[in-house]
Amino acid sequence: MQRIGDGVAVRRLLIGAAVVLAALFLLLPLVTIFAQAFARGIDVFWANVTNHYTLAAIQLTLLIAVLTIPVCLVFGVALAWLVTRFRFPGRRILQTLIDIPFAVSPVVAGLVYLLLYGRTGWLGAWLDTHDIQLMFAWPGILLVTIFVTCPFVARELIPLMQAQGSREEEAAVTLGAPGWTIFRRVTLPNIRWALLYGVILTNARAVGEFGAVSVVSGAIRGQTNTLPLHLEQLYQDYNTVGAFASASLLALIALLTLVAKAGLEWRAARREVRA
Amino acid sequence: MSIRLHDIAKHFGRTQALEPVNLDIAEGELVGLLGPSGSGKTTLLRIIAGLETADAAADARILFGDRDVTHLHVRDRRIGFVFQHYALFRHMTVFDNVAFGLTVMPRKSRPTSGEIRSRVHRLLEMVKLEHMAHRYPAQLSGGQQQRVSLARALALRPDVLLLDEPFGALDAKVRQELRRWLRHLHDELNFTSLFVTHDQEEALELSDRVVVMSNGRIEQIDTPDQLYRHPINRFVFEFLGDVNHLEGRVRNGVLTCGDARLAVDFADGQEELLLRPHELELATSPSPEAQMPVTVTAISPVGAEVRVELEADWMGEPWLATVSHADYERLALTRGMRLYALPRRWHRFPAERSKQGKRRAATVS
Repeated sequence: MQRIGDGVAVRRLLIGAAVVLAALFLLLPLVTIFAQAFARGIDVFWANVTNHYTLAAIQLTLLIAVLTIPVCLVFGVALAWLVTRFRFPGRRILQTLIDIPFAVSPVVAGLVYLLLYGRTGWLGAWLDTHDIQLMFAWPGILLVTIFVTCPFVARELIPLMQAQGSREEEAAVTLGAPGWTIFRRVTLPNIRWALLYGVILTNARAVGEFGAVSVVSGAIRGQTNTLPLHLEQLYQDYNTVGAFASASLLALIALLTLVAKAGLEWRAARREVRA
Repeated sequence: MSIRLHDIAKHFGRTQALEPVNLDIAEGELVGLLGPSGSGKTTLLRIIAGLETADAAADARILFGDRDVTHLHVRDRRIGFVFQHYALFRHMTVFDNVAFGLTVMPRKSRPTSGEIRSRVHRLLEMVKLEHMAHRYPAQLSGGQQQRVSLARALALRPDVLLLDEPFGALDAKVRQELRRWLRHLHDELNFTSLFVTHDQEEALELSDRVVVMSNGRIEQIDTPDQLYRHPINRFVFEFLGDVNHLEGRVRNGVLTCGDARLAVDFADGQEELLLRPHELELATSPSPEAQMPVTVTAISPVGAEVRVELEADWMGEPWLATVSHADYERLALTRGMRLYALPRRWHRFPAERSKQGKRRAATVS
C-alpha cells in the first residue's frame, strides 16, 4: 500500500528542493569562507591568524568561553533542579523568566548592562568610586555573555528531568543516601548527556556572541576585542583575507561543535538500542 | 518492629488528603492498606516513610517500636521502600542497584567491598536473580525489576518494609506468583510490612490485617476473614466484592419490589438489601420465602465457579450469581432460561453514611 504523499515524483521533488536549499544556504557560504580565507595562499592566511591582534582576540574569546561555561553549568543545574523537584509559589514565573535572554535582542541586553554598570549608571557610579571597571573591559564581556547563554543548560535539563521524575532520587534517599551523594550518583548520571549537550550549545553561543558584546566591549584592539568583533573590524578595514581567516576559525569551532553534538546524539541512540 | 501512628493528618493546599489517622501495627505483621484511588492510602504510606510530611499537629506521632521518628528524615528512619514502578537506578546494573544502600553508608559503618559483594549475592539469590547481576534494569521484565527493587530495599535490613502498589504494574500471573513469594519472604525474614493496594483480592490474600480506606479516612481495620464477614459499613461491603441490590417496601414482613417478594423480619418501611453473588441460589421454582423470577442473560465459567448474569423487570441493575459447576449442570443453565433466585443471606446498612454517631451494620441470615 502506498502512503499518502509517497509518490516518486513528490519524493524526488522534495528531496531535490532540500538538497538545493542546503547547498545554497549552508554549504556554499561555508565553502566561501574557507575559499576566501585561503584566497591569497596559506602564508597570508597564517600571517593573519598569527597576527598579534588576532591572537589576542582568540585568547579573549577562549577566556570568556572557559569562564562562562562553569557559571552556566552550575546555574542551569541548580535552576533545573529547583524547578523540577520542588513546588513553590512563583515556579511558573521563574520558568518563564529563564527565557528572557532568548526573548530580548542581545543588543538590548548589552545596552541595559551598559546603563547599569557604566560609569554613569546606577551601580556603575558606586563601582567607579571603588575603582572597579566592568564596562569596556573583559568582566563586562563576561557578564553579558553569561546573560545571553545562561538559559541553554537549564532549557536542556528541565524537560528531561521533568520526564524522569524524582522516583529514583526518592529511592536513593530511602536507602539512606545523603543529598550530595544522590546528586552525584543518581541525578547526574541520568542527565549527563543533556548536560553535555547544553554545554556544547553554551560554548557555541559564548564564542560567537556579537551583539551584546559589541555594546559593552568598546572594541579596543588587542584588549577587549573578541573574535567576532575583531572579524568585523578587519572587514571594515577592507582586509578581506584577514576577516575571512578569523571567520574560518569561528566556522571551525562551529564545525567541531556540530561533530561533538552528532557524536553525543549517536551515543545516546546507541545507549537506547542497548537498553 | 511495631509501627504506631497517632493523629496523622495531611492537607494538600486546601484539600484534606488524610483525616487524622490512628493505627497500630504489631511487630512482624503484614498489613494491607486497601482503598480506591484518592483514598489517601499512598499518602499515608509516604508519610510513614518520611517522603511526605504530615500536617504539623502537637500530638501527631509516628513511632517505630519505641523510636519516635516523627521528625526524623527519611534517610534516618531505616525503612525499606518499594515503588510501584520499581524506581530502579537505570544507569546501574542489578548488582549496583542492590548494593547502593550499602555503598552510601558513612565510611565508618560501611561494610568492606568484599562483604558488600557477598551480601548482595545472597540477596540476589533470595530473589532468584543471581544470574542477572550484570544486566541493566531495562533488560529485565517487570516482575524481575520488582524483585530487584525488593532486594535493594532489604539490603539494609530495614525495621519496616513499605510497599506502594508493589504489583500494580504487573500482569495477573506474575502478580499471583510475586504475592505468594512476598508472603513467604515475610514469614521467613519476619520484618513488619505495610503495603498499599487497590485490589481487594490482593489485600485479602496477602495481609494479616487489612486497613480499608476511603476519602482520607480509615473505614475498618480487621483480619481478611472478619472484614469479609462483618463489614462495618456499606462502603467496605461494596468495595470488598460484587454486590447485588434489592430495593423495596416492607409490609407485614414481606419485602415487595415489582413482582418480586421476599419474606423478611424487619419493620415496615423502605429498605435496601445487599446480596453477594455467592449467597444467591438458583432454582426452577420459587420457595415460600422468596418469589423472585429472573432471566439468565449470560453465563461464563470462571475457574471453580460459574458466573451467571440475571435480569428482571424489578431490578435496577442486572444481578450476578455464582453457582458451582455441579449446580450449573444440574439446572442445565442456558441463556434466556427463566428461573427463581433464592437469597440465602443478605446484608443491610440502615444508618447510611451518617457521619455523626455510630454507623451500625446488620447482617441477617
